[in-house]
Amino acid sequence: MTNPAPAPIVALTDKEPPREPRSQWRDVWSQFSKHKGALLGAGFLIFITLAVLLGPYVWTLDPQKLDIRNKDLRPIYTALWDSGAKVAIGHPLGTDNLGRDGLANLIAGGRASMAVGWAAMLLSLFIGTAVGVISGYFKKIDGPLMRLTDLFLSLPILPLLLVAVTLFRQPLRANFGPEGGMFILIVTVIGVTSWMPTARIVRGDVLALKEREFILAARSIGTTPFKIIQRHLLPNVLSPIMVSATLGLATAIITESALSFLGVGFPSDFPTWGKMLADAVPRMNDFPERVLLPGIMISLTVLGVNYLGDGLRDALDPRIRGR
Amino acid sequence: MLTYAIRRLVLSVPTLLFISFAIFMLLQLAPGDPMAQVPLTVPPEVKEKMRQALGLGEAPLVQYWKWLVQMFWIEPQVLWDNWFGTSFSEGKLRVISWQTRSPVMDIVIQRIPQTLWVVGLSYIVGVLIALPIGIYSAYRQYSLFDQSGTFITMIGFSIPPFFTGPLLIVIFSVQLGWFPSIYDTTLVVDSWAAFKVQLQQMIMPVMVLALQTTAQLSRYMRASMLDNLNQDYVRTARAKGLSEAVVVMVHVLRNSMIPVVTVIALGVPAIFGGAIITENVFKVNGIGQLLITALFANDLPMVMTLTFIFAFLIVLFNLIADILYGVLDPRIRYD
Repeated sequence: MTNPAPAPIVALTDKEPPREPRSQWRDVWSQFSKHKGALLGAGFLIFITLAVLLGPYVWTLDPQKLDIRNKDLRPIYTALWDSGAKVAIGHPLGTDNLGRDGLANLIAGGRASMAVGWAAMLLSLFIGTAVGVISGYFKKIDGPLMRLTDLFLSLPILPLLLVAVTLFRQPLRANFGPEGGMFILIVTVIGVTSWMPTARIVRGDVLALKEREFILAARSIGTTPFKIIQRHLLPNVLSPIMVSATLGLATAIITESALSFLGVGFPSDFPTWGKMLADAVPRMNDFPERVLLPGIMISLTVLGVNYLGDGLRDALDPRIRGR
Repeated sequence: MLTYAIRRLVLSVPTLLFISFAIFMLLQLAPGDPMAQVPLTVPPEVKEKMRQALGLGEAPLVQYWKWLVQMFWIEPQVLWDNWFGTSFSEGKLRVISWQTRSPVMDIVIQRIPQTLWVVGLSYIVGVLIALPIGIYSAYRQYSLFDQSGTFITMIGFSIPPFFTGPLLIVIFSVQLGWFPSIYDTTLVVDSWAAFKVQLQQMIMPVMVLALQTTAQLSRYMRASMLDNLNQDYVRTARAKGLSEAVVVMVHVLRNSMIPVVTVIALGVPAIFGGAIITENVFKVNGIGQLLITALFANDLPMVMTLTFIFAFLIVLFNLIADILYGVLDPRIRYD
């Protein structure tokens, strides 16, 4: 005689069918979207990037066009409190002392600043990740590479940047044109001098991951080191890389602006936010907006990127996530 | 601990040597010619002699060696002579600036007090503001004070000094007329009136630099306090009946200060770097401004020496931070 299967305890039966398992990236997103600042920051970063990319097609005025009759116009909003201010509807953010349009210059300057920021950030991420992964994975060159990282960390970055930019300006300009040469130079020097934090973080993570079973399994079936790195290690160190990417973007934008401000950046007819700010400082008493607008753009972009990094760090850290 | 400190000290010598060598080789690539300003009527053989007089005829390695000797052997002798009135350095060649034809270290010594005053004071002010903010916002986590504090520090973190500087100048020296926009280094403080002027002209550069320090440090302080506030020993201290002030300000604060103190030490070289921009904005004639002018004038010995001084500061304070960490935290054992 067989006993019938015991009736399931009522309280423990599932009332609804089990939900589909949530993927990791859904979790990350739900945590990320709880962070209001991060959402705002990401939104602002996307907005700025789109604005500087698509802006020239919407606002078609040439930023270099001299319109000497309409020079020194104030932005439209100054008419609100100063009825005597020289404003023109065709130049909503005013013009500079040569009659170049403020809005068009702001867009062009943003284009240069963002391009330098993104390119330098990508370069420093690439170097940092490569150094970090290699020194974490291959024990033999770990020592020398980490000594090199320490050495780079003890370099005086800003003085060296200044030295490098002033010294190599002429030859690169001769080879790649004034703007192209300067772009290559600034991106390279910022990238080469800012990869060290990424390398250290990535190395630490790789050192821990290397001892895990899945790497052992991969190695036991004969996977080559390159494939292991590409297939197993890199996806797992993606989150610290993304966080340091945001910080890198912020630093790169600030460094480029600082170089332009000190007068060693791009040539004078090539606007960047830092350059516009520096050029406007001598006359900022009469035309405060020429300092304020680029300064606010730099600050807001960096603020947005920093908040984005904060949110990403919370969202990508499984220990914090879900709290 | 002592062996660790000595080992680090010994290791920092090759690091510094390598850094100075790298900077020197970088400067060797400089396209500028120090003889470019000499009139064309000067015959080439005279020009060659002038080049020799500047020490330019030798191979780069020889030049580097001579710089090393001048920097680490002759300059200390000069310093010794100045202090004790001896004459070890008499007739020995020092590092000469190409701009002024006077010894580089003399100019640096003239400029350092301004930088130290502005930078040092701003660092102290920054630390003094940052610590209470960090402590209180950790103690009342997610309160209104904490939220607004986090927001303000984030802003201070994001606004670059070359924007805050001009902004402060417009507001406080142009519109309100409270403070002068240019730092006057010839001012001699010998009366209360002069002291007041000195105070006024220092407020803005100090504030600009302090904002950066405050933003970073208060974030560290808050995070470190938060780590410690949930620990068991805090509950024990409260259970013993200690007052809240003693628990927070003595027990928690002392433990939280360990990482913060090292961060404070690590931040010192960075603030010297940041001072380059601030000195430029407020026309303080410190070493940062000296570096910029030397760069534009192609004065390579000056640039070399100043960059090396910055590198030395970084290595020194890294060392101090590591040793402090070991001294303050009995759980850390280096050997």
